[in-house]
This record gives sequence, C-alpha cells and structure tokens, in this order.
Amino acid sequence: MELSGARILVDGLKREGVEYIFGVNGGAAMPIFDALYGETEVKLIPMRHEQGASHAADGYARATGKVGVALATSGPGATNLVTGIATAYMDSIPMVAITGQVFTHYIGSDAFQECDVIGVTRPICKHSYLIKSSDEIADVVAEAFHIAKTGKPGPVIIDIAKDAQNNEALFQYPETVNIRSYKPQVHGDPTQIAKAAALIKEAKRPMLYAGGGVVLADASEELQQLTLNTQIPITVTLMGLGAFPETHPLAMEMPGMHGSCCANYAFTDSDLIIAIGARFDDRVTGDLSKFAPNAKKIHIDIDASCIGKNVPVDVPIVGDAKNVLRELNKQVSTADIDPWRDQIQEWKQKYPFEYEQKSDIVMPQFVIEKIYEHYSDAIVVADVGQHQMWAAQYFKFTEPRQWLNSGGLGTMGFSLPAAIGAQLGCPDKTVVNINGDGSYIMTIQELVPAVTMKLPLKVFIINNMYLGMVRQWQELFHGKRYSAVDYHDNPDFALLAQAFGATGLRVEHPEDVEPALLKAKGITDGPVVIDFIVDEEENVFPMVPAGAGLGDVIRGLS
Amino acid sequence: MNPEERHIFSVLVENRFGVLARVAGLFSGRGFNIDSLNVAETHDKSISHITLVTHGDAQIIDQIYQHLNRLIDVIEVTDLSTAGTHVERELVLIKVATDDPQKRTEILQVAEVFRGRVIDMKPTSLVLEITGDEGKLKAAIDIFNTYGILELARTGKIAMLRGKEN
Repeated sequence: MELSGARILVDGLKREGVEYIFGVNGGAAMPIFDALYGETEVKLIPMRHEQGASHAADGYARATGKVGVALATSGPGATNLVTGIATAYMDSIPMVAITGQVFTHYIGSDAFQECDVIGVTRPICKHSYLIKSSDEIADVVAEAFHIAKTGKPGPVIIDIAKDAQNNEALFQYPETVNIRSYKPQVHGDPTQIAKAAALIKEAKRPMLYAGGGVVLADASEELQQLTLNTQIPITVTLMGLGAFPETHPLAMEMPGMHGSCCANYAFTDSDLIIAIGARFDDRVTGDLSKFAPNAKKIHIDIDASCIGKNVPVDVPIVGDAKNVLRELNKQVSTADIDPWRDQIQEWKQKYPFEYEQKSDIVMPQFVIEKIYEHYSDAIVVADVGQHQMWAAQYFKFTEPRQWLNSGGLGTMGFSLPAAIGAQLGCPDKTVVNINGDGSYIMTIQELVPAVTMKLPLKVFIINNMYLGMVRQWQELFHGKRYSAVDYHDNPDFALLAQAFGATGLRVEHPEDVEPALLKAKGITDGPVVIDFIVDEEENVFPMVPAGAGLGDVIRGLS
Repeated sequence: MNPEERHIFSVLVENRFGVLARVAGLFSGRGFNIDSLNVAETHDKSISHITLVTHGDAQIIDQIYQHLNRLIDVIEVTDLSTAGTHVERELVLIKVATDDPQKRTEILQVAEVFRGRVIDMKPTSLVLEITGDEGKLKAAIDIFNTYGILELARTGKIAMLRGKEN
C-alpha cells in the first residue's frame, strides 16, 4: 500500500516500539506532526523549545535504556536541537533526532528556514541521514534505530525534505538490518580476558574503576559480581553512579576533580586499575603525568578509539561490558589484598565528604542529605554546576539509571526537560530534579508541558544566587573577580512556579527544609518547585585544581 | 613528543554523498593533518576507495585508524605502512614554459628520462604527464622548475597492498 512519507515514518517509529516523541512543530515538519495527530501508540509530547525536546528524549533514554526520539522543523528548529544532540553524543545516549528539511528543489538555495543540519551536526552525532525521497524512509528509520542503540550508543539524525514527507511510497519495513560497514565488536578477545584475570591475580593494590558504559551496557549485575567475587575496592564515575551501590563497604565513591579523597588516593597508590566503560576523562585523571604512576591498566570498552586515548593501557579489551565481565567473572576469585583494603577503609573513614553545618542558613549539602533521606528510591536528574557535584557526593545511589546528568558536555538546562522524559518513561517512579538557579532558568519554559501533563516532578532548586561553580573558580583562581556570575536578580522561583500553574515553595531556614520536602511528597497532581535559598558562597570540596595531580586534592575542611 | 611518522591509509567506504565530509571532518575536528587525499569509485560502484596520507606520532596514528573505523560508512581501513608491503603511485600534470624553442628539445629529453608523456603542446608551453612514487615526482618537479613550471596538478597518492604470494 502506498503511504505518505510522513505516515511511513510514524509507522516505522511504531515498529521500533517508540512510545513518546518530543517535539516542537514548524513549517518543514508539518506533515510529520500531522501524521502524529491523534496517534495513541506513538504519543507526541509538545515541548516549548527544541532544546527541551532533545533533552527530554535524552532523559527518557537514560531512564529506560530505550531510544529517545526528538522531532523539530528545519533551520532554527534543527539548530535548537543541537545542544541536546551534543549532550547525548558526549554521554553515548541512544537517540534519534528527526528534523524537517525544506523541499528538495530548495535545498542549497538559502531558502526560508533552511540550514544544513547534516553539516552542523556531523561532529556531534553517531550517524546522520538526509532523505530526499519517500521510498528511503522505512530503511533509514530501521537503520537509524539499529545504529543508535547498538555498539557504543549515540544520537542519529534523520533530516527529511518536506516533499519526501508528502510524497507517497510503498511501505515495506525491513525485518532485519544488516549494514556491511557497521559491525560492533561486542565479545572481548578471550586471550585478553585471560591476561586481565592473570593481572588481577598478581595485583597487590588493585582497584575497579567503572563508568557510564556499565550503565549503558546494563552490566551492573556483572560489575557487582566482579566486585563481590574479587572483593576489590571500586570507584564509580559521575556517569556510572548507581552501577554499584555507594552504600557498600567496598565503594570508594566517585573519583576525580570533586570526587572522594579515598578514590583519588587509591588511584595514586594503586598497582592495577581495571577500567570498565570509563574513558579516563580529564575530570577524573587530573594531570595525566601524575595519574596512577604505579598502576598497570586493564581497559574494557566497546569503543576501540577510547582505549589508549588518554592513558597508555597494558591490557585493552574491546567489547560490550556485559559480555566481557561475564567471561572475566569465570576466571577471578577473592583477591588476597587485606593490607590494601585496610588502607582504603582508613582513607574512607578519615576523609568522608563533609561540610560545616550552620544554624541560621541552609547549607546546600544539608538539602541533598535530606533529599536522600526522603527520596532514596527516586530517579535523580541533576543539572550542571555545584548542586550537581553535591548531589553526586551526598546522595548515595544504589541502582543503575537512578542518576541522570550531563556528565560529558556539562549542559546547563539539561535537567528539567530530561526529568520530563524520565518521568514519562518511568511513570511508577518518583523523579526528583535537583537544579541550580542558573541552570533552571535556562530551560524553565519546560515547566509548561510538565504542568499540562500533571507530571508529579519534584523540582528542587539549590539557589545560591550565583553561577556557583564559576564563582567558586573565580574565588580560588581569579582573585574573587565575580565577572558575570551574580544572579541576585533571579526572579522569585516559587511565585514563578505558581504562575506556571505548579506548586511553588520557598525555603530559607534550615528547620523548614524537611517539612517542605515532606509536603512535596504529598503533591502528586503536578510538579512542585521548591526554591531552597542556600549559603551563597559555599564551595564544593574536595577539589583537585585544574592541571594538578589527584594526590594534590584540596580536602576543604581541615 | 614522540617521533612523527608518515602513514598511508587505504580506506574503503560506501559510495554515498557526505562520506568524504565525514572522513575529512574527523581530521579537521581533531587537528590531525591530511598530507594527500585521493577518492574515486572502485570496480564496485557502491564502494569508493580513499587513499589518505597523514602523519603523526604513534598515538595519533592509532587514533586516526580507530576513528576511521568508527565511521558508520567506512567498510574497511588498512594502514598500508604497517600491514605489509604495498605499491603506490601518483600522477602529476606539469605545464612547462617553452618560450625559448631551443629549450623545448631539452625539456622533451628530460621528460623521457622520467618516462613522461606529452599530452598537450602549444607554441609557448607543453603539458607533461608523469607517474611514479614520491621520490621520482619530486626529482621531476625539481628539474622542471629550472625551466619554469606554469601550472602543476597532482592526483595525490594512490596505493594498495601487494597481492598474496600464492
């Protein structure tokens, strides 16, 4: 049967099991929006800005593990998606972004709302397609979803000319996808795995270093088995939080710039690092020349280009973390490393995350501790900045996909729309959005669809009236010259929430923190926004200054 | 800084629009250099062959190899500099000034030394076609420079592995 290109697209999305598509309508995408009108199987979620649409699709993908889908028109619609696409790319999130494009005969003519979106997004997507004919759509949709979710996941862009959306073609959806040039290596080389097992056996001061790849590969169970089998201490990165329960005695908490002293000291003293789905990011390693000088490295990663990119590796293993860990688990046993474990425990006890409590002012860390106390099972979606670090430090994550944040690109404005995606994907979970006053206002408009859909989001703003992380750097490294970070002109976020139709509360005293959190728990018919007015100049510690080695961590409270 | 090496990559890609931009973008986005690049369709119309010459230290060369492999449209990458012995050729067209008719005979004799072919001749210039490896082309260009090169175009290197022994 002949169908319009737009109808073929929507039917293809159904075949891929898409539940939600987040979008903003516009001229060159109108046939697609028309095909989605009244659809119940693929539900269209209208957002208020295309950036919100791409973050919502991303949040949905992070929370569920399924492919998130965003939709926008050509030109400005497409360019507004770009930040969300780059965010997903940096964290390897499976996403398909669909953009309308001007009519094929206008392409290249600087037509109204024309933009070469394929060119613009080339370095920030896993792959992209420009569709000029309706009969290509079915095959491209199937390929795009296959590429987005297999191997190292990532965003794929489908740019469809308006005439291809309108014209009719035969709908034949491919049953299988076979791309001759794309065969991800998912099984680790057995010889390499055996070498890794041998190194683990010999090591005296080994540590596990797990990242977001473990979450993406759904390999948390295998990671926990490896940790328990070997009893080797483990640090989980910002992107991997929840892959191993932070409440476990072997957990050293997050490493890196604002990570635990324990994890950073462990790196510095370790003789074997077993990296799993982590990429030795500069925020983790600090000065590379001082990083883990005595350690051999085993690196398990699905992406061969990530191995040896920053740090020389002794045993590279290319493969899917789940498969590789399964094999590795068969070859390891409890490590005979009691003195090392004792050392780790000593560091853990000596240098916990800590702050000075104050009686007259709300401390941001205190708010996070209380959020953890009352919402320990929630999905936490953080934005980017000081509040993100405090949330990572003081909330003890125990489940994969419980913690969502923009780790790689560090995109302010990510969290509110991402929380919408997460809530739709996980309707039975409580979704807590921990936001900053700077980041919240960057995508505040997405409170509109959250109110419209009556999503019971808990939006908690850690409001210090500053672009806090930048202010902290200015305080420490720029002689307190607070250039462009003073946000004392913030609007009243509680009143503003009410204007949006949400519940808005403001908390200014420590004793009001808990009652407000409890009140928010009871509000289930729509979003609640709590504006926590916190200590303005509190800093995030520990801190490894940029360019310093992990051993030179500034502990903060002495 | 580790020593820099020159490497020749032979890359088979899907013959589609946009593929070359992806390959080139990989280099420009990371600050890697392309010394020469040749792209053309193969005997299989769905596949193009790219010969790419680049340089960098061992770590950069490894990254180039891995990132080429990572591109969805790339079917096969071979680092010819490490994968075995290979053959390579490049073709150059040189337009040489022949204002002085006396010199023309001399230029033609030199061209013969390089097994060059004359493919165009006008009263004041001629165009030579010379094929060879890098060393030979350099020698030829140096010599013709002394007569006055008006215009020069090179294909960039093309290369492939030698056939198997049996």
